[in-house]
Amino acid sequence: MSSNRANAWRFAIPAIVLGVLAAFFLRGLMLDPAYYESPLVCQAAPEFSLPDLADASRRVGTADFAGRTVLLNVWNSWCAPCREEHPFLLELAASGVPIYGINWDDERDKALAWLHTAGNPFVASAVDEVGEVAVAYGVYGYPETFLIDGDGTILVKHFGPLTPEDWSGKMLPAMEAECAVD
Amino acid sequence: MIPELGQFALVLAVCLSLCQAALPLAGSFTGRNDLMQLARPAAAGQFVFVGLAFAVLAYLFLTDDFSVEFVFLNSNSDLPSAYKFTAVWGGHEGSLLLWSLMLAGWTLAVAFASRSQPLEFSSRVLGVLGIVSSGILLFTLLTSNPFQRLLPYFPEGRDLNPLLQDPGMVVHPPMLYLGYVGMSVPFAFAVAALLAGRLDRNWARWTRPWTIGAWLFLTCGIALGSWWAYYEVGWGGWWFWDPVENASFLPWLMATALVHSLAVTERRGIFKSWTVLLAISAFTLSLLGTFLVRSGVIQSVHSFANDPARGLFILGLLLLISGGAFVLYALRAASLESEGGFHPVSRESFLLANNVLLVVATALILLGTLYPLFVDALNLPEVSIGEPYFNFVFLLPMLPLGVLLGFGMHAAWQKMSGRKLLRQLFWPLAVSIALALVLPFIFFGTNSFMTVVGLATGIWVGFSSFLMPLGRLFNAEAVRLSRAQWGMCIAHFGVGVFIIAATVTSGYSVEQDVAAREGQQWQLAGYELDFRELRRIEGQNFTADEAEIEVRRDGRYVATLRPQRRDYPVREVVMTESAIDANPFRDVLIALSDSVGDGAWAVHARYKPLIRFVWIGCVIMALGGLLAATDSRYRRPKELRAGVKPTEGAKPAVGVPAEEGGR
Repeated sequence: MSSNRANAWRFAIPAIVLGVLAAFFLRGLMLDPAYYESPLVCQAAPEFSLPDLADASRRVGTADFAGRTVLLNVWNSWCAPCREEHPFLLELAASGVPIYGINWDDERDKALAWLHTAGNPFVASAVDEVGEVAVAYGVYGYPETFLIDGDGTILVKHFGPLTPEDWSGKMLPAMEAECAVD
Repeated sequence: MIPELGQFALVLAVCLSLCQAALPLAGSFTGRNDLMQLARPAAAGQFVFVGLAFAVLAYLFLTDDFSVEFVFLNSNSDLPSAYKFTAVWGGHEGSLLLWSLMLAGWTLAVAFASRSQPLEFSSRVLGVLGIVSSGILLFTLLTSNPFQRLLPYFPEGRDLNPLLQDPGMVVHPPMLYLGYVGMSVPFAFAVAALLAGRLDRNWARWTRPWTIGAWLFLTCGIALGSWWAYYEVGWGGWWFWDPVENASFLPWLMATALVHSLAVTERRGIFKSWTVLLAISAFTLSLLGTFLVRSGVIQSVHSFANDPARGLFILGLLLLISGGAFVLYALRAASLESEGGFHPVSRESFLLANNVLLVVATALILLGTLYPLFVDALNLPEVSIGEPYFNFVFLLPMLPLGVLLGFGMHAAWQKMSGRKLLRQLFWPLAVSIALALVLPFIFFGTNSFMTVVGLATGIWVGFSSFLMPLGRLFNAEAVRLSRAQWGMCIAHFGVGVFIIAATVTSGYSVEQDVAAREGQQWQLAGYELDFRELRRIEGQNFTADEAEIEVRRDGRYVATLRPQRRDYPVREVVMTESAIDANPFRDVLIALSDSVGDGAWAVHARYKPLIRFVWIGCVIMALGGLLAATDSRYRRPKELRAGVKPTEGAKPAVGVPAEEGGR
């Protein structure tokens, strides 16, 4: 048997191991893959042209917002977090921020009915029936919001409902800063 | 109104769990009986209200109340009623409620069974369970409320994930959770012992049946999960080392070590601090599993709700519950003194080896599971840690464990002659190796090194498990085997069956991925497959393409398989429903994948020898556990309290020790 002091240390090992693991977990939580910066950030936004939600005979696409800094929001009528961010999107739209929508995994009449009752923050929404844009933009779920500048470069990819804090803490600074290309 | 009733029940349950956490523990330190006596009524009340909340949620699902967000997201009015009920645990919020219900159930059982134990001790155990319970219930209520309303509400729900629309999913989660959560009982016993600074053999005797009980549910739960994955997503695979699978397997490994270590502590009064450490670790791994699955810290094929706030909450809970226990362990473990020693060749040594090997396996699998996390933090090379790694680090300690198992079962406590043990077991060992060399040639025409190693180990384990009962059969004077000894033999036999089945199915499976069209015929491991027809069918909440494939052997009809490729419109999900012709000795599995154009389909055809015995082996293990957990000596509270030395097995019969087993 070793000395008491050595013994005491031995018994503390499990607590220390747990502490170290917890530190990694904490870091892992901050780095949650769903919140990773997309590899698309600082890259050119993939081009698309899809039917307009309001009028299927018209097209909505990257060409519509070339030259302007816009938000591109992936949404649908049934996702609860989309509803959560909806009032803030309306607020942003009212203050003059152009927001384009990608309506994904939804039905046209339900989507229109929702915009009719809750208000429409979008300049226009494109209907992504087969998920073509969702794949090109590496969308994990709904809602996701991309900040795209006038050159068509993705400045920010935001996962989950957009809050005023995200807007002032992430989006606004990104517009000021140069894109740090890896 | 009804959802609010559920919510209210949940709030009351939280209040009661807080009482159960605080008051009895306070009473146990101040010696106030009135406070200690609150533990049982609080536990009973908590069970009633968690049960009520659960019943309300089930009712909301069955009545299609889509104004509740959780119901809206996980059900649909077209869903068959049975699945509406199982949808209760088809998502994060409901799973947590099920977790809480299981915990409340275990707590209630402990409250009933502990009436014969000293009040101070039982109130500490229930107090610790109360802490765990309040943590989980608060987590549910604050971050994952299943009764949250959704306004404005929808007339129709989003439907249950089609993967979960399956009979296997009806029983798998409750079983798994029973096991997972059951680990909280030995944990609470361990913490209560640390709080008292005292641990005797009675402690081990009280703890053992609970541990074995939780272990056997965990065994069944994991086996069911494996079976489900096999026919639902696996295309013939039965274990994927997916993080979610590992999350259930890690506590199982630790619980297995604990079950064996408890045997030593009960029998000999040694390994005390080690046993306590295992008990805390097993439940810690259960909580860790919950954390991994629920926080999304490690991406997995099982995608559940990922939310960093939830992750932080569980991490905090983990630190509070396990961290607290480990700190207590650091302070108090030194006071748990051993009551004796043992020699290098003895039952104790073999069980120690068992523990070390199981813990090594646990640690290496945990390391692999968490590797993606370390990569991010330490800038390690992005190595993909997959099946080869896990198979290697699992087999490396487990094969020696299998070999030692056969010896350990027959070793006497305290001291034994190694030569005698070898002499006694030489022939069984030799026969096992010979069979492993010969049998594959007879049945499959080939053999390989790993097959021989696996088969020899499996046959040896299965064979040696029955030496003891067989010995009794031919020796009229021998003492009858106790129920626990039978349990040990049967569970170990199950291990042998499992090893044999796993070896054969991984060595001799045949896998084909072919592009086939109507009228096409081809061969699979001696079977003729005949693609007869492809048709379109309508289900209650899906449409499907169904292939009709006839299986023949030597021109004789065997079966008609109808694999489907289902399209669930509400979720816009496509599912592959494989079709299986099963008999005890082999499965023929066919899955229909994608249309590859020109009327041809990608068809996965699998021949899986002995695959059924992988799960049958697990069931046998669990049965052995059931026998051991219900041994009569756990049902004699009076004698337990007296704490007399064990009387059985004073004189080992020749060749076979008469002790109750090391399970």
